[in-house]
Amino acid sequence: MSGALLDSLKADFDALPSASDGARGDAFASALADGLPTTRAERWKYTSLRALERRSFATSAALLAPVDAAWLADIPAPRIAFVNGRFDASLSDTASLPNGIALHSLAQTIVDGDPRDTAFLARRFDRADETFAKLNAALASDGAVLRVDENCAATTTVHLVFIGAPGDADIAWHTRNLIELRRGASLNVVEHQLAAGDHAHLGNTLTHVHLAIGASLRHARVQHDAARATSIVRTDAVLARDASYRRIDLELGAGLSRHELNVRLEGEGAKLAANGVLLADAKRHIDTRLCIEHIARDTSCDLAWRGLASGRGRAVFHGGITIRAGADGSDARLSNKNLLLSEGAEIDAQPVLEIHADEVKAAHGATVGRLDETALFYLRSRGLPASEARRLLTTAFCRETLSVLDDAALIESLGAHLNSALARIELAP
Amino acid sequence: MTMLKIENLHARVAGKDILKGLTLDVKPGEVHAIMGPNGAGKSTLGYVLAGRDGYDVSEGSATLDGVNLLDLDPEERAALGMFLAFQYPVEIPGVNNTYFLRAALNAQRKRRGEPELDSMQFLKRVREKLQVLHIKDDLLNRAVNEGFSGGEKKRNEIFQLAVLEPRLAILDETDSGLDIDALKLVADGVNAMRSKDRAFLVITHYQRLLDYIKPDVVHVLADGRIVESGGPELALELEAHGYAWLKDRIAPVAAA
Repeated sequence: MSGALLDSLKADFDALPSASDGARGDAFASALADGLPTTRAERWKYTSLRALERRSFATSAALLAPVDAAWLADIPAPRIAFVNGRFDASLSDTASLPNGIALHSLAQTIVDGDPRDTAFLARRFDRADETFAKLNAALASDGAVLRVDENCAATTTVHLVFIGAPGDADIAWHTRNLIELRRGASLNVVEHQLAAGDHAHLGNTLTHVHLAIGASLRHARVQHDAARATSIVRTDAVLARDASYRRIDLELGAGLSRHELNVRLEGEGAKLAANGVLLADAKRHIDTRLCIEHIARDTSCDLAWRGLASGRGRAVFHGGITIRAGADGSDARLSNKNLLLSEGAEIDAQPVLEIHADEVKAAHGATVGRLDETALFYLRSRGLPASEARRLLTTAFCRETLSVLDDAALIESLGAHLNSALARIELAP
Repeated sequence: MTMLKIENLHARVAGKDILKGLTLDVKPGEVHAIMGPNGAGKSTLGYVLAGRDGYDVSEGSATLDGVNLLDLDPEERAALGMFLAFQYPVEIPGVNNTYFLRAALNAQRKRRGEPELDSMQFLKRVREKLQVLHIKDDLLNRAVNEGFSGGEKKRNEIFQLAVLEPRLAILDETDSGLDIDALKLVADGVNAMRSKDRAFLVITHYQRLLDYIKPDVVHVLADGRIVESGGPELALELEAHGYAWLKDRIAPVAAA
């Protein structure tokens, strides 16, 4: 059973030069057979795709206006940019990449033809509810491929920029990214998911993060997409022994946003620290689903997410942590605090901790509350108008997630995104 | 010329009558102490004057420099010169102390039609006040009251008072939870802020604070009314005899 969405993607599939490729064909057939997941699927319980399923997307669209390079002036090089899922050389600048870091588009990597470089595309997806990953496996033809050599301790920040731009039709794109740090390597990455104007495209992104022994990645991601955009993102990360992964995700835009962050702590001593903000104002539906697996001993995760819902917005947060048998000495922490700012808004918060090992430390908690009346009165009693007091408290609530960062330029840039997104919100008393 | 004039004030909280006909006159330059047993309505008086939601005035009036306070929002009262030093200052993680105070001061100035202070002018004022109050400037870069000790929180209230320069400052049990050294520091700060144009309402359960902040007038608040007023010697009397004698004062009125 397939709806208009999947029917419209058949044309995309047929247009692929490698449509005959067995793995892509299998993935597409499997996606068609399963259809989009419904809310009966446990992982999609709070996010309905029925409206999306009925939409159809064109295979290509002509941009209404080219994206001006000046628009990216705030995003320094080295950077690689994609517009509506396609690599854009004029917006990219990789000349300043230091030795030991390779950054290419997936399209180019496929053309270059070294099978070792595209081995990550071979991953199979079998679950009936991972249709978007199957579609990605079938259809993705571009994305960012970023590799860091062994022991290359780069202080550089690499920017990956994904821009949705208005066209003469709504299209769907499927982006596949790889961030691979070899043994002992370290890197900073910032992913920007931005809109160059109002559009209603569907972006389906699958990003693989591979951190080898002792590798260290600091990864920030800002999703500040157009209000009518649909953003489906999945990040699959695997950490080897003593690898360290710190990431922050600001989910500030799109009409429907779903982010699955799956992290496997496979090697002893692997560490994950992840923070995020979900901003579900207006009619936005913002869904983040964490699936963190402690597989090896002495692994740790520290997760702190903040959610905010106003207007008729809905924030959905699922924080799943599994400590597998044998992962003794693991330390898992999850905190999820939410602010409900209006009657018509909704927050669904679900911390889930599954422990199959002994001698672990684990703590998790989720709260949903309103702005603290005592704090509001305190601020107003000093002279701040009620609206300003509300904005100050709301901003502080979200900005706390930035406090784990130590890069001033990054804090500034993420803070600016957060402030501009928060400025949208009506803070009625 | 009266600065704060409260007449026959009745207020209730959560449906319960707390203030039951309170009358009080405070002139510029004066320090009035409000003493009384727990539950007398001392903190309620502070909240009602500052304009906290949920404190409903059913009767009576309160004016500051002739302006009716009771119809105004808390921020409007602040701009008129009302300041309440909280008994339990609120921790506000993520809001920088200096940023907050500058925003508050400029919001007040804007409302009064005065020019806002730029960051240099504001910093200059802050430095002056820190010097007068003998406060270390590490407090400036922290989040509002977050992780502050009890003494630091109370000193931060006095620091805000100094920067905002209110007409009327209400200190709600500023002595509670302070050891003697912290108490002296806070009292020194208050004394440095005394002036002929500014009045203080010092709410306290114990006479101890009044050893360091000398009041002009002492009032005893019991069961929602001022039952006794006098000079500083009244505080000493309360210290010697406690509040038990008040029962005789309350009973006849309650029966009437």
